Amino acid sequence: MAAASPEQASRALRPARAGRKLPLQLVVGASIVCVILALALLAPLIAPHPWDTINVRARFLAPNATYWLGTDDYGRDVLSRLLVGARLSIFMGVTATAISLAVGIPIGLAAGFFKGRIDEILMRGADVLLSVPPILLGLLVLAVTPPALWKTAVAVGFVYIPPMARLTRSVTLALAEEDFIQAARARGESTAYILFREILPNAWPPLIVEGSLRVSYAILLAAALSFLGLGAQPPSSDWGLMISEARSFIDNAPWIALAPGFAMCLLVIGVNLVGDGLRETLDPRLRHRVAGKG
Amino acid sequence: MTGYVLRRLVFAAFVVVAVSMLIFAITSLLPANVAYLILGQFAPPEQVRALEIKLGLLDPIPVQYWRWASAAFVGDFGVSMLMDRPVAPMVGEAILRSAVLAGISFVFIAVVGVGLGVLAAVKRNGPVDHGVSVATYLGIAVPEFFWSIVVILLFAGYFRWLPASGYEPMDKGFWTWAHHIVAPVMTLVFAHLAHVSRLTRSSMLEAMQSPYVTAARAKGLPERTVVLRHALRNAMLPTITVLALDVGRLMGGIVVIETVFSYPGLGRLLVFSIQSRDLLTLQAGILLVAAVYALANLAADLLYAWLNPKIRYGRSVA
Repeated sequence: MAAASPEQASRALRPARAGRKLPLQLVVGASIVCVILALALLAPLIAPHPWDTINVRARFLAPNATYWLGTDDYGRDVLSRLLVGARLSIFMGVTATAISLAVGIPIGLAAGFFKGRIDEILMRGADVLLSVPPILLGLLVLAVTPPALWKTAVAVGFVYIPPMARLTRSVTLALAEEDFIQAARARGESTAYILFREILPNAWPPLIVEGSLRVSYAILLAAALSFLGLGAQPPSSDWGLMISEARSFIDNAPWIALAPGFAMCLLVIGVNLVGDGLRETLDPRLRHRVAGKG
Repeated sequence: MTGYVLRRLVFAAFVVVAVSMLIFAITSLLPANVAYLILGQFAPPEQVRALEIKLGLLDPIPVQYWRWASAAFVGDFGVSMLMDRPVAPMVGEAILRSAVLAGISFVFIAVVGVGLGVLAAVKRNGPVDHGVSVATYLGIAVPEFFWSIVVILLFAGYFRWLPASGYEPMDKGFWTWAHHIVAPVMTLVFAHLAHVSRLTRSSMLEAMQSPYVTAARAKGLPERTVVLRHALRNAMLPTITVLALDVGRLMGGIVVIETVFSYPGLGRLLVFSIQSRDLLTLQAGILLVAAVYALANLAADLLYAWLNPKIRYGRSVA
């Protein structure tokens, strides 16, 4: 490139600035996530009503002073259910992402570092898994056993192993050519040392960014599976399940579906903002990549 | 280029075969005993055993796979035990209806998404640009099934313009058909529009800053030509890949949307076959989806190669 325009020059300077000041997205996103997390953890203490007590006389009440978000078809308090359900969504998102990281990162490291046949086998395997849409892969895994919450989390985690492995591989491929890895090799360090003490610490930034974004995909996928009846089972107050059950009453009692819907959007937006903010802070090179939904 | 096309073709075939093995492996773990499903829960054991032998359920899994796969290769997916109909035509009808739904949505997503992305990039920081940014966040954060609730609530509940669910075939008249398909299409478009426009926007912005755009402007070309012929053509490359991935996402989205709107397509059939443990339908359906997805990826790769001279002129690309 001949001459850098002022635009590009200022872009090049931005990472330095971002280092000193936390990006707005990160602050806003982290606040949203922390508030939801706190509400979820304190749910049993702050929920105004028991989340699973059926009250026939209080069915389909619109939001009012006693029931801030109204009641559902069994007369259960929607707000209390929402608060308790937040735990499930967060649990799903975090567990599934942890699984995909725990399995995907070693696979990616191995593929990127050893290259050759190992790389070929692992990545073709990932390609095969990636060629089934996530929700169908989830359905397929869940079809085998009777639905349960933890199985959904495992299925969602399984679905996101290949993308994590791919990302780790591409980061590893680039890092393996760096001088400090050559130096470690020359020192005669063991392969395990190079992989986990030299490459992994340097690969963290993009992996953390991707992982945090994956949490939101995982929450959405788990909710979709629950929505289809393959995740949490009644009387659980999982948000996806709540929306699914509320569908029949959408005309007369829309608040039962809208409350968990908006709650989920807020949570996912929060997690996404955190991911974008982390990207901004940790890895300026990645800033221009666009997060796909998937 | 020929070598490249061949390699991609072989790989697509490999993916479909591997997926078929994966599907078969997972579904053979299904705890539901097929023989009991057919004969009823209280069937005498000898009868169950006889049927198991007849259906070949006692053979080793690879033998069963081979039997299933070689029949599937010539289009025979067996007979659905629960619906008592051959699977192939049933899945075929369903996938056609899904293809119509997905096709219409895809066209809207591609045209509107790219259009909005270009507008946002050209009028950077204008109202369209900010709208696209906000919409992107909503698009990522709002799950399809919640969009569907919103659409039903607004257009079926509040305005009463559209039916809340259901499907009418085309022979009942075009308008009846169209009336029922608007809501699911709208939901799919809302749910998938955002990231196409966001990606187009960012690659357009990059293209607009490149030397060849400056050169085109310096030549005195009208801005319209610069944007559409020079910048957009190059910016389309990443968008095409994403659009192909979108086909896969649409297939996934369809599972949810069809269930919500009771649209008798492949997605609803798949969910139904899982709930009723209808193995053969499940296998055929998921295999078809994977095949469609593999084809979409193949098409995207080839289109990408065709549009990208670096690949077209035979430089090797993995």
